[in-house]
Amino acid sequence: MLEIGPFLSKAFQALQALVVGYGMPPLGAWILAKAIQAGIIVLLVSLVPMVLVYAERKVSAFMQARLGPMNVGPYGIFQTLADGIKLMFKEDIIPIGADRLAHTLAPMVAVAPVFVCFAPVPFGKGLVPIDLDIGVLFIFAISGISTIGILMAGWGSGNKFSMLGGLRGAAQLVSYEIPRVLSVVPVLMLYGTQSLRGIAAGQQGLWHGFLPRWFIFYPFVGQLAFLIFLIASVAETNRTPFDIPEAESELVAGFHTEFSGLKFALFFLAEYAYVFLSSAMAVALFFGGGDGFTAQGWFPSWIWFMGKTFAIVFLFLWFRWTFPRLRVDRLMQFCWKFLLPWAIVNIGVAGLMILLRK
Amino acid sequence: MANETSLPTSTQEVFPTQVPETGMFISLGPQHPSTHGVLRVAITTDGELVTSAQPDLGYLHRATEKLAEKRTYPQIIVLTDRLDYLAAMTNNWSYCLAVEKLLGVAIPERADYLRIIVGELQRIASHCVFLGTYGIDIGAFTPFLVAFGRERERILDLFEEICGARLTYNYIRIGGVMADSPEGWEAKVRQFVKEMYGRIDEYDTLLTYNPIFMDRTKDIGKMSQEMAVAWGITGPNLRATGFKADVRKDDPYGLYAKMNFDIPVGKQGDCWERYCVRVQEMRESLKIIEQALNALQPGETMGKIPKTFRVPAGEGYGHLEAPRGDLGFYIVSDGSPSPYRMHIRPPSFVNLQVLQVLLKGWKISDVIAILGSIDIVLGEVDR
Repeated sequence: MLEIGPFLSKAFQALQALVVGYGMPPLGAWILAKAIQAGIIVLLVSLVPMVLVYAERKVSAFMQARLGPMNVGPYGIFQTLADGIKLMFKEDIIPIGADRLAHTLAPMVAVAPVFVCFAPVPFGKGLVPIDLDIGVLFIFAISGISTIGILMAGWGSGNKFSMLGGLRGAAQLVSYEIPRVLSVVPVLMLYGTQSLRGIAAGQQGLWHGFLPRWFIFYPFVGQLAFLIFLIASVAETNRTPFDIPEAESELVAGFHTEFSGLKFALFFLAEYAYVFLSSAMAVALFFGGGDGFTAQGWFPSWIWFMGKTFAIVFLFLWFRWTFPRLRVDRLMQFCWKFLLPWAIVNIGVAGLMILLRK
Repeated sequence: MANETSLPTSTQEVFPTQVPETGMFISLGPQHPSTHGVLRVAITTDGELVTSAQPDLGYLHRATEKLAEKRTYPQIIVLTDRLDYLAAMTNNWSYCLAVEKLLGVAIPERADYLRIIVGELQRIASHCVFLGTYGIDIGAFTPFLVAFGRERERILDLFEEICGARLTYNYIRIGGVMADSPEGWEAKVRQFVKEMYGRIDEYDTLLTYNPIFMDRTKDIGKMSQEMAVAWGITGPNLRATGFKADVRKDDPYGLYAKMNFDIPVGKQGDCWERYCVRVQEMRESLKIIEQALNALQPGETMGKIPKTFRVPAGEGYGHLEAPRGDLGFYIVSDGSPSPYRMHIRPPSFVNLQVLQVLLKGWKISDVIAILGSIDIVLGEVDR
């Protein structure tokens, strides 16, 4: 089969053995191997948004009775590449009223954490860059840093619309972080670990011979947790119906109004990378990670993982092209008065379930 | 505050020159994605609450009324195309009504029915644009491309077939219409009308009854009947308050007296009802088109009118129910080939004024919802 996990780990072991043979200390060899792995991840995370942008355009086009990009390459598949090149060559404009340091730093602060967040994601069997035993917490903690980037962008642009967008963004991201974290707690309680690999591994196998043992199939708890996680994730990634910080019709483009060229591209990259990250997390937490329907699997685990991830990414795209935008105060009400209570109820029910089992 | 019916007493009151001590001054436009053209709304806010708002216009002024004084009567029709560019047909028609009143010319029946058909198609096309852009204002992108890019495009294709133009038609002429409908056109209109009923139901599922959309628009920007009448609001905005007023019924022009249709009205005049009245109107327009198509008989499409003519001295006022309200043309003739004075009563301009009291006390997000629901076209506001 096409499992690349074992092959890769063997390759890296061979590499480490080789450099140690040439006189490098084992720690240095390990760091070298991890650096190469990190490079692969960074490359992957940078490329995925390009695929997602293309997917977004095509999906929206099909939902709106049009074709989408068709001219650059067959079916317009190189359109995103062309756009990327265009963005790279565009002039980088810093408004006179802007705080130059905050304005320049903001896109980097927004985009850098997302690469780190992919470290504990189990892309398949043996394809975990670093199997952290606090993986879930690590992702939540690191991805929170991006909020600072948005706030800096809003504040540093010297534009009223941007500032409103930045403030809204900060309020929204901080608020939705809470139900998002709480929605994952039942999963952690059930599998007794915070390692995403461990959680995914705990969901292998079948119930009654046909239903996969994925967390989403636990009655009530699974579905509710997934729904809250999904909704909060959509809000965390600033996408419609929760794209208040960008709210095109109200705030022009919100916190990234004053950004052009590569800086704008970085915000774009961050958004799509977070969509991908949230989907990947949802797959690892609720959909059994790289688990196929059968014991052996028709496909290697990484294909399963990617397939499921893109299926959830499709949900994100679907939401965006179907729903209008919520108003900012209703958005907060929805978070504090609806999502949060239900997330807490869900934890209680999950606890009861675990008690009854014993 | 929203029930305020009196006019502001001073400019200071409506147009703050200083930034308020607490809060912020926002210049919404002239370049802003949701001002629907080049409108500027000067807003002062306290947090997210709007404390004052003043529409500032004139960015698109083209002196249409003055230009008309130097042109012959048929040449002015071209100018009217450029007023409300989303409803050029009704502009043509309204102008022609005024001139025809002065001339006292009889319109052939077929021409009158064709006018009704294109006029109502134009109303649907215009409301399609409203529906789409309002969707974008609220954050839903798909209705725009469905209503604007699919259905309106079909109507524009029909217009292109009948008069060769897609936006500025110059189709309705003094004394009749420019040309008879080409062969097979009526069947195409029938086919479109049949399909359009289903499309409107589709908009209802996409947008009208979407819970988020209703949450954003219901009970927002309420306008009382007294307020609407005091500010001279006409069209769907007035009807949304529950006031049953429609020029097609109250002062029938053309052959509307023969047509059988309802006037959809709202109850409390909030954004959602303003939107909903328009969607209902699209259905009523379809009914009218069907009736007109059934009554359409072969015949002349141009009245007996010479190539060059002089309009007898006097005054003429023609008005009709344009998609945005009561559109009127007032013409004073001194017997020369061009009018002595032409005045346009643009519904968008009159409807726009109410914003200064309507926007007060709502949130910034609501400003967009209210502004969109008033449905203004800046080409008509600034003329």
